[in-house]
Order: sequence, then structure tokens, then C-alpha cells
Amino acid sequence: MSSQEAVRHFHPRARDALNNPRIRQNFRRAMDGLMQKRATALQDHDTEALRDLGAAIRQRALSQLPDLLEQLEANCTRNGIQVHWAQDGDQACQIITDICQQQGARSVIKGKSMVSEEMELNHHLAEVGITALESDLGEYIVQLAEETPSHIIMPAIHKNTEEISELLHDKTGTQRSQDVDYLTASARAQMRQAFQRADVGLSGANFAIAETGTLCLVENEGNGRMSTTVPPCHIAVTGIEKVVQHLADVPPLLSLLTRSATGQHITTYLNMITGPRKAEEQDGPQAVHLVLVDNGRSDIYQDDQLLDTLRCIRCGACMNHCPVYTRVGGHTYGTTYPGPIGKILMPHLLGLEDTRDLPSASSLCGACGEVCPVRIPIPELLVRLRREAVDGDSSRPSVVRGHGVKRHWTEVGVWRAWAWLNSHPRCYRAALRLVMALRFLSPRRLGGWTRYRKAPRPAARSLHQHLLQRNRSSS
Amino acid sequence: MAKLYPAKPEKVYFFGTCLIDMFYPDAGMAGIRLLEREGIEVIYPQGQTCCGQPAYTSGYHDQSRQVAEAQLDLFPGDWPIVVPSGSCGGMMREHYPQLFAGTARAEQAQAVAERIWELTDFLLHVCQIRLQDLGEPMRVTLHTSCSARREMRVADAGPALLQQLDNVELVEPERATECCGFGGTFAVRHEQVSAAMVSDKVQALSATGAMAFATTDCGCLMNIDGHARKEQQPLSGEHIASFLWRRTHPAAEDSR
Ligand code: SF4
Repeated sequence: MSSQEAVRHFHPRARDALNNPRIRQNFRRAMDGLMQKRATALQDHDTEALRDLGAAIRQRALSQLPDLLEQLEANCTRNGIQVHWAQDGDQACQIITDICQQQGARSVIKGKSMVSEEMELNHHLAEVGITALESDLGEYIVQLAEETPSHIIMPAIHKNTEEISELLHDKTGTQRSQDVDYLTASARAQMRQAFQRADVGLSGANFAIAETGTLCLVENEGNGRMSTTVPPCHIAVTGIEKVVQHLADVPPLLSLLTRSATGQHITTYLNMITGPRKAEEQDGPQAVHLVLVDNGRSDIYQDDQLLDTLRCIRCGACMNHCPVYTRVGGHTYGTTYPGPIGKILMPHLLGLEDTRDLPSASSLCGACGEVCPVRIPIPELLVRLRREAVDGDSSRPSVVRGHGVKRHWTEVGVWRAWAWLNSHPRCYRAALRLVMALRFLSPRRLGGWTRYRKAPRPAARSLHQHLLQRNRSSS
Repeated sequence: MAKLYPAKPEKVYFFGTCLIDMFYPDAGMAGIRLLEREGIEVIYPQGQTCCGQPAYTSGYHDQSRQVAEAQLDLFPGDWPIVVPSGSCGGMMREHYPQLFAGTARAEQAQAVAERIWELTDFLLHVCQIRLQDLGEPMRVTLHTSCSARREMRVADAGPALLQQLDNVELVEPERATECCGFGGTFAVRHEQVSAAMVSDKVQALSATGAMAFATTDCGCLMNIDGHARKEQQPLSGEHIASFLWRRTHPAAEDSR
């Protein structure tokens, strides 16, 4: 089964997750904690004003994206960073493979990068005999377990300490322990050697600053700094939407990112990379590459409404606050990005055919939109994608790849009949009277609804009838 | 931006919503009576049906627009339109303008949207209602719908109204802001996820020790109450308007 096909099976995976008490407990506990931390961390700011600012900065950057990308390229080049453009994931993998091969690289040490997950880089590198080792602790655990990340910030959040201890024991011989510090230290020791041996360090980038040609990397473990400074060659890979205009745009976004993601006021490390080692410098890589990946992003860019999707700074707050994600966990989505951001982004990356059940997998409760630091109207975008999935608006053509995949004539027929009835008030009232007259015959079973709930019984008289009668008796 | 509340008007329109029409007309009547008791004349256009939201959130915007359009002419006067539901209110206030953007009805839809008020918000802030509790002492909990909370931003109104009732002890459930799992067609399309959500909600509401809950939306009511009944839990719910009217009207028990 290809990864694309795997995406399609949302329902069975959701069922499995819902029936797995450990998954339920691990996510509930972690998400409760993260929500609490965010709320506490934002107490030092006027949250709404800061979100306004964050949204405005990202919007401004996107409104001049082509220009800023050119500027970024020019300034990076001037700084000695070699810039590469990739149309899609495969091309990005090829570029990175080529760089590695030119270096004669056998091993790559990786800092956290969701874009590298998006393009399945590790898999591509393995095919040409290059080993990639994840150095972010969560990613490392996921890699050992031969899984994929279940959260964009905390990739191994689906596992509790006991499971992690068991895994480290099996794969690396680490003693079983419930002591998180001990487990971390043991993983760290394994990684030390890998850092020294690695030929190439690979990382993502949280922001790419156009006016200075600087790459920002936000992290807590120091592995990002190691990955980008110890090996002789550093490759940063990121999506084209990560560009911001000014250096001054970074502090507010950073405040939002860390507070929204983990409830931190600041992370332990903020790396700002503005080129390779200079002649007089003692350390740092000899070569720095930046691979800018499109992979469907410029398609999103063409549409005024969908464009908002690209504001995302990948903080993960939307999933932390999502009641669906909290219950089914990240793997249920079957996509690189799970949760609300996954539901609005993945249909563009994979097409609606393969992501058909994602836009509907939301009660539209709005918790995601309420916390998004850059005010992405996630619920509205979900509704937009639902519309695209059924080609539901004849006056506004669908544009997303695979649109119309959920349009079935039976459903169209039902909605047409519903619309006709509800736009003919007399008929509506007559139908209502009929339902009321036959209320004791009203179905006790209504598919999924009554499997978990008692069906409500229609009232004896509708509100319409109550008021009609009242008007009659008073006149 | 702080919301501006108008002075109490002479008249309002009442948009009852299709769920109330068919399943919970008492809640609609209670809402109307509460408004009338505040000295407001309530106009109920008999031509009303549904706000169009079910089709809208399902992506069928042609059909949603057709139904929504049929509502637009029902409110010719310049009076506020009061809706006893955050969800339908949210549809009309937040989504009508976008649904009709670029059509001949755009201006009218915008004008209607601007006159939409959620019932509890209207009672509290526009009518500045003062409730006098006539009921026996009891404990009650509240579920504010997500649309009342996040779309209409009126989550303060429900608790404030209930707190006016001297004999009612209002208890807040754990994770009060979390969705009950209704979400319209979501409950059917993703029935198991929805079921997990409503089950947690029933548990949280029950854990308050209250046997009764009030809610601002009949979708949530149908969901939570229906699940509690299916699971034979003692918890039962009603629309907040019904609850308020029952507690504050001397002969309420008879006129129900
Ligand atoms: S959509 Fe918003 S909340 Fe979700 S990850 Fe992106 S920035 Fe964070």
C-alpha cells in the first residue's frame, strides 16, 4: 500500500485509536498539559493583539512572496548559502541526494524537519545507501520504532515513558527505567558519536529572513545547533512559505511560536544561520545549502481564500486544542501533518481524492481557529474544502486537485429536495404538520445517530403552529 | 473591539430555527415569552424555515444559498432579529455575507447579518433582564455551544443569566469549553469520533453532581441529552430559554 492510499483509511484507524485506551490516555494527558501551558504562557501578553500582529506579518510576507523569495535567494547567495529550488518532494530529495553524493557522504544527522517528512527524505536517502539519523529526541524515538511522527512538535507524543523505555531497551540495550532524565541521557550518548561521524547535517528552518538572508531554527535540545555546526556540510530544507520580510518580523513570531507550541517564553536554542564558516572562524560547516520546496504550495497561493493556509508557523496549537485529534491521535490522519492544519493543508499536497475524509472530520467547533497564533480561519477553510469535495457551488468553481470526489448523486438529490422544501414555506409547514401527526411513528433508528443516542421525538405542535394559534386566539 | 449594544427596541423579529420548530417548540415559546415580558413585541414571520446551515457546512452551498435566500425577505423592518441558537445565529451573522458575496442579494444579506442577535446575549445585554427565581433550590450545569462561544462570542451570557437565579447553584463542568461532538452531519459522517466526544461530555456534566444541564443550542441538547438517555444516565437537559422561563414564571408549569 502506498503512503497515498494509506491516507484514505481514516475511519478504520479512528476506530482503532478510539478503542485503544493507551492512545486515548497518552493524548488526552499530553494535550491537557499543553493547553494549560499555552494559556499560562500567554498571560504576559495581550494575546489578541499579538495574534493580530503575527497574522499581519505573515500576511504581508505572503502578499509579496515571489519578490521576497528572490530577495532571500540573493541575500543567501551573497552570504555564501547555496540556494536550490524544488518543485516537489521528489525533486527536493534528488537535490539533497546529489549534494550528499558530491560530499561523498555516507551518513546524515538530522535536526527536526517536517518538510523532510513530507517528502519522505529518509526513505530516499536509504535507497542510495545513505543513512539518516534523527537527532531530535522525539524523532529519534519514532525512527527507532519505525513509525512516523504523530504530532508536528512532539513526534513521539503517542508513547508514554514506559513504552519509550521498552523501545530503547529493545533497540539500543538501554536499561529499562521510568526516569525520563536517564532515558534522555542514554539517547544523548548514542547521538554524540553520530554527530561526530556525520558527513552532512540536515535541518529545517522556522523562518527564512529575506532582507538578511538568515535562516532561523528554533529548538530545545541543542541537536539543531549540533546538526547545523558540527558536520562539514549543512543542508536546510524548508517550504517556500516560510519566508518573512524583515529581521524585526521574527521576535513577535517567535513569541507566538514558543508560547503557542509548548508554552515556553523562549526556547533553549534559537539558531540564526547566515552562512558557512568564514576564513577566520574556528567552527561551523564549510558549506551551507538551502533547499526551498514548493510541493503544491504555489497552487494554494493562487487562491485568495486558500492562501491563508500558508500563514502557518507550525506551532501545533491547533492539534493540541482539537477535540478530534485529542481522541484519535496523530497517526489516524495518515498524513505528515495531522490535526486541523493537516486537514486544511494535506488536501493540497496529496489531492482531495486521497484526503477525502479529512475535511469532514471536524465538528467545526472552532477551537483551532481560536488559538492559531496567525489567525488562520481553519473552520472556514474546512468548509471551503468540503465545498470543493462536492463541487458544491456552481457560482464559484472548484480549484483543488481531486475536487468533486465526494459528489454523489444520491446526496445531491437529498440536498436538492431539502433545499426545495425549505425554500417553499407552505410546503415546509405542511410537511411539518405531517411529521407531527405521525410523530409516534418517527423512526427509532437513524443510522449512526441512534447507535449512540436516543432519537428525539417530534413535538406535538411546531413552533409555527403554536404561534399561529396564539395569533388567532388573540385576534 | 468591544461590542456595542443598542437600546432596548420596541419590537424584534424571532427566528425560531428548524430544530426548535420540530423538536423543541417549548424552547422557542419560552424565548418569545421572555422577550415579551421585557416589554418587547415579538414578530414571528410564518415564512421562516431553516437558516441553511446544514447544507452550508456540508459543502452544498448552492442549496444553502437557496434556503438562506428564502429567509432574507422575512425581516423587512429595521428591528433586531433574535435567534435562540448560537449556531444558526452564527450562520446568519458570520456566513451569510460570504455566502451571498458577489450576488444581487449581497447588500441585503449583509444588512440581515448585522441585525442578528443570539437570545441569551440579547436578554442580558440589550434587555438588561433581571430574573427573579421562583423555583426550588437546585444545582444545574451549563453547556455553551461552540458557535455561541467562538462564533457569536456570547459565552458570558448563559452563566450570567443563570447566576441571577437565587435558588440555582450553577456548577461548571471540567473542560467546559470543549465541543460536545455534535457538529451537524459530523455526528453521522464520523459517528464514532462524535460518540467518543459526547460520551466524555456527558461524563463531565454528570461529574458536577448536577442532574440537569442547560444549553444555548438545541443541536447540543439533542446530542448530549440523547446520549445520556441512551446510556440511561440520570442527566437531562433543556434549552436555557425553557429553563429560565420555567424558573421565573409563576404559572410556567401550566403553560408549558
Ligand atoms: S495552523 Fe495555526 S495553530 Fe495550527 S500549526 Fe499552523 S500556526 Fe499553529
